Amino acid sequence: MLVLLLLLIPLITGLGVFAFKNDRQVKTISLVSATATTIIALLLVFNKATIIYDASWLPSLGARFTLRADGMAKILCLLTAIAYPLIFVTIHDRNYKSSATFYGLMLLTQVGLMGVFLAADALLFYFFWELALIPVYFLCSIWGGEKRISVTFKFFIYTFVGSLLMLTGLLYLYFHTVDQSFAWESFKAISLNGKEQAAIFALLFIAFAIKMPIFPFHTWQPDAYEQSPTAVTMVLSAIMVKMGIYAVLRWLIPVVPMAASQHAHMVITLSVIGMVYASLIAIKQDDVKRLIAYSSIAHIGLMSAAMFTNNTAATSGVMIQMFNHGINVLGLWIVAEVIEQQLGTRKLSELGGLAQKAPAMAILLVVLSLANIALPLTNAFVGEFLMFNGLFQYNVWMMAVAGTSIILAAVYTLNMVQKVIYGELNTITANAIDISGNVKLVLVLIVLMIVAFGIFPQYLIELVK
Amino acid sequence: MNAIIFSAVLGVLLMFSGILFSKKSAITATAVVSLLALLLVNIAESYGWFTINVDTKNLLSFGRFGLFFNSILISATLIFVLLSGKEIENTGVNTAEYYALIMFVLCGISILTAFNGLLMLFLGIEIMSIPLYILTGADKRNLKSNEAALKYFLMGAFSTGIMLMGIALIYGATGSFDLVSGTNKPGSAGLEIPSFLKSAGYILLFAAMCFKVSAAPFHFWTPDVYDGAPSVFTSFMATIVKAAGFFAFIHLFESNAALLGPSWKILVSFVTVATLVAGNITAVFQRSIKRMLAYSSIAQAGFMLLALFANNDLAREGIILYAVAYCMATIGFFAVLIKVKDYTFEGFNGLAKKDPLLAFSATIFLLSLAGIPLTAGFFAKYYMLASVIKSGGALWLVITAVLFAAISVYYYFKVIQAMYFKEGSPEVAAGSAMYRNLLVLLAGLVVLVGVLPSIVLNWFYF
Repeated sequence: MLVLLLLLIPLITGLGVFAFKNDRQVKTISLVSATATTIIALLLVFNKATIIYDASWLPSLGARFTLRADGMAKILCLLTAIAYPLIFVTIHDRNYKSSATFYGLMLLTQVGLMGVFLAADALLFYFFWELALIPVYFLCSIWGGEKRISVTFKFFIYTFVGSLLMLTGLLYLYFHTVDQSFAWESFKAISLNGKEQAAIFALLFIAFAIKMPIFPFHTWQPDAYEQSPTAVTMVLSAIMVKMGIYAVLRWLIPVVPMAASQHAHMVITLSVIGMVYASLIAIKQDDVKRLIAYSSIAHIGLMSAAMFTNNTAATSGVMIQMFNHGINVLGLWIVAEVIEQQLGTRKLSELGGLAQKAPAMAILLVVLSLANIALPLTNAFVGEFLMFNGLFQYNVWMMAVAGTSIILAAVYTLNMVQKVIYGELNTITANAIDISGNVKLVLVLIVLMIVAFGIFPQYLIELVK
Repeated sequence: MNAIIFSAVLGVLLMFSGILFSKKSAITATAVVSLLALLLVNIAESYGWFTINVDTKNLLSFGRFGLFFNSILISATLIFVLLSGKEIENTGVNTAEYYALIMFVLCGISILTAFNGLLMLFLGIEIMSIPLYILTGADKRNLKSNEAALKYFLMGAFSTGIMLMGIALIYGATGSFDLVSGTNKPGSAGLEIPSFLKSAGYILLFAAMCFKVSAAPFHFWTPDVYDGAPSVFTSFMATIVKAAGFFAFIHLFESNAALLGPSWKILVSFVTVATLVAGNITAVFQRSIKRMLAYSSIAQAGFMLLALFANNDLAREGIILYAVAYCMATIGFFAVLIKVKDYTFEGFNGLAKKDPLLAFSATIFLLSLAGIPLTAGFFAKYYMLASVIKSGGALWLVITAVLFAAISVYYYFKVIQAMYFKEGSPEVAAGSAMYRNLLVLLAGLVVLVGVLPSIVLNWFYF
């Protein structure tokens, strides 16, 4: 029942909020809803057992409404649940036009995300997968930047092609289950021959690879991140890209293990290429949002490489890194949002000297940046260590090439820090003021999490075991 | 049998209602009542409460599946008249005649959902088609409407000729009009008549049916006719009539597919892929929404052809769902389109600001046409794909269909983009309160069927 609340609370408030006209009411309701969801998610995490909710849905199709909260699902639900109130608090002072629709769509996206992480029935999973996409399409197209319509459309069609191919794969699997069902257990029990596994692997993997995104399916991502309203970008990069990784871990590797290990080499190679490539491009970026976007591709690349190494430690590294990367990137986006709101620019070349004007923000940004480079004592270190270790055991040369991305990450992240907060003040930054109550609170919370999980990573590791 | 008799009688009655009532709205009301009566007698027959029995010498057979399909199509017509009755009144001078013609079309459809032999198939197709030629030309002072009607008539007559030729060949080969005619009958002199004759006959029949459902490469009439005909009647032709055509198509070949051997699957998959390509790719380049819908209806036909390819239980369930989903969404969207003055994509710019309710309903209908989950269109497409996968192999066909479904998103979403994300002030005619309520209700139904498709399918199984 507790699991069901994770879906019901945002669903009911998300639909209900459309009826309100008053902006303040809308914001309050959304924040209360998001906080309530967080509390439920925390209760779920403290309960060690795997919780399953099962109800009849479409008996004639062999699909049931099955939710399953195990460690991996819980950690991502927790991420989703924590991210939402933080986002809502950050944008509390901002006024989006027709905010009821904005918040309503945001909450509906949350339903989709939670559903994807919880669904233990393939058709249900597909439903939520799409449900997460549709509101985001409207959010980006209505409130996004200048080129929003075409960019979002590209993003939508890209992912839609992927999900239809995935549907084909899921249907194929369905007809090969023993009991004609979409249940996750039945899918795991399917035995296919090598050729069939390869076909299914291709169909599902393309969908997940577009969502993550892995090189060369990543072209939608930097544009979409840049053009989306920052609140949506936060959802996209902190939570939504994790859908792809999560789907591989839940629906791909257990279902077609043979094909997964056969294609591991190809996937890891692509991921490593993507890591280095994205890192190199990130160095060249002048736009803060694009820089974070490419940095995100590099981080996701490491996760996707690590999960195909077939190494238990690396896999748990992926799981905790999904959580930690979500938290870190959320912090970076919040800083980007604050800078853009205040100064009207995101260009590194036009910024500088913010440490003098906004010391609190500067300190918090430095911690966030260190976490982005995965320095020890920050939360990202443990996950990256486990993943690189797995990659090392898989193939030393792969690890060596992938390892250069650590250095490159330091280059672009520190470069950004330097250009934003150090240096001389200029006409644009001269009038900057420090971050205010709301945003400060959020960033402090994020930094606390970074430090806490950096020093005590065992809580997360135990959760995903 | 009920529906056939009643629709013919009611059609004649409706024709006279033009003399009885001078007010057009009274004629519409009569038509609604007639359609309700027709629906009732058809449902009564499917439950076995009340049936007029006529010995048809086994030319017609009234199975549950056919009767259920008939009920769906009559209900769709009812919804269509309720939503667009005002527009039918505004189309020309002879309102009563239009309703009478629609009733006659339903008579043809009732035969098509029950035919048990090639002769009845032919009769049904003709009874359905001839009123449509007239309806296409209903706007008789409009040159485009006239052109469309003439084109439709000439092409239709041509395809009828091909169909008759096919039936004649089959009769020559088997000596009967039965749907299932097992082995070739020996000729009078005891000579085996070559089965080539029969295969050729069926292929001609196949081509004629392809024409009726506008499957490529027999689809060229569709855009011109759908574009030229008055929009209300386009909506009727593109949905109810097409669904009936598909039912007949599938019913005709479900027992005969095996006779044509493996080449049958090749033939159907070729037509399916050609239809998907022709419909989707051309729709992308359209600038008028009405014309885009004409091509999209070809594209949707491509998806329905998958049921013909699969030819199993799932396909038959799926075609019901597809008919429901497609009819609801297309009738609904046309009802919105008619209210907007300018049929180009630019004409829809900013509709969401001007009339949020209209735009919202239109969005639901478009999402359903695109096959997005949580709308009826998703399960319609789902069943089609599932039936093909179930029939074994042919994963390539499913992947092709799916990729074209993704292309279709492009042109459906262009309308959504125009309505929501672009600025403009379109000219929209305000609909009556009943129109608006019905539109929302229909949109709600689309979502309901999208969440629980078993609502429709359980009716089928009772």
